[in-house]
Amino acid sequence: MITGLGAAFFYLFAFIAILSAFMVIAARNPVHSVLYLILTFFNAAALFLLTGAEFLSMILLVVYVGAVAVLFLFVVMMLDVDFASMKRGALEYAPIGAVVGVVLAAELLIVLAGNATHIVAPAVTALPTPDPAVRHNTAALGDILYTDYIFYFQIAGMVLLVAMIGAIVLTLRAPRPNVKRQNMAGQVARTPADAIEVVDVETGKGI
Amino acid sequence: MTITISHYLAVSAILFVIGVFGIFLNRKNVIVILMSVELILLSVNLNFVAFSAHLHDLVGQVFALFVLTVAAAEAAIGLAILVVFYRNRGSIAVEDVNMMKG
Repeated sequence: MITGLGAAFFYLFAFIAILSAFMVIAARNPVHSVLYLILTFFNAAALFLLTGAEFLSMILLVVYVGAVAVLFLFVVMMLDVDFASMKRGALEYAPIGAVVGVVLAAELLIVLAGNATHIVAPAVTALPTPDPAVRHNTAALGDILYTDYIFYFQIAGMVLLVAMIGAIVLTLRAPRPNVKRQNMAGQVARTPADAIEVVDVETGKGI
Repeated sequence: MTITISHYLAVSAILFVIGVFGIFLNRKNVIVILMSVELILLSVNLNFVAFSAHLHDLVGQVFALFVLTVAAAEAAIGLAILVVFYRNRGSIAVEDVNMMKG
C-alpha cells in the first residue's frame, strides 16, 4: 500500500496520534485534554491523507477541529467547575479499566493477527475507486454521494438539523418576567398615523 | 517498510482501547467522557477509511462521512445537555446525575 517516505510518515503520525490520544484521557486540565484532542484529530487527518481519502481528511479538520473541538473548548471554559476535585479518586477505577482495556486490545490484536493478512479485495466491488489521475477523490465521492447515496445524504442533513434545533431548544432560556425587552415587531409596525397626533391649539389657552 | 491495512487496523484498535480506557479513568468528568467517545468514533472512521483504501471501494468513505455527521450532532447535543444540567445543578459530576433516581 504505502511504501518509502509515506511509510515513515505513517509511523510519525500514528505515533503522535496515539500519544496525544493518551494525553487526552490522562491530562489533569480539561483544556489541555481538548488541545490534545485537536492534535489527535490533526494526525488522524494526516493518516486519512496517506490512504488517499483527501476529502474526508479535510472534512475531519473542518468538522472536528473547526467545530467540535472549539465547542468543547467553549463549554470547558464557560462552565466554572472545579476539575481538580473530579480528578480525586480517579485512579480508583483505573485497575478495572486497565483490565477491560487490555482484554479488549488483546482480542482486537488477535483478530488482526489472524485475519488481516488474508483480506483480499473482491474481484467486483460495488463502487470501485476511480484512478486518482482520472477523477480525484473529492469528485469521485461527490459522484456517488449525490446519486446513489442521495437519500442517506439527505438524512444526514436532517440529523444535523435536528441536532441544531435540539441544541438551541435545550439551551434557550425562557424570557424572565419584569425585564424590559425591545419589542421589534411593535417598532417596525409603528406608523405616523398612530404615533403622531396633530392638535390644533387655540392661541392663549394651551391644551 | 511497507504499510499495509494491518498497521492501520492496529492504530485504530489502540485508539479505540484508549477511548474505552478514558471512560473508566475519567468516570466523574462528563466532558472527558464525551471526548473519549469522540476518540472511539475517530478510530471507527480510521477503520472504514483503511478498508476503503484496501478494497478500492468508495462506500467506506461515504459511510465514514455519515459517522462524522452523527459524531458532530452527538457532540453538539451532549454539550447542550451538559450546559443545561450545569445551569440547573451547578455541577457536572456524574454522581450528581441522580434526579431521575435511575
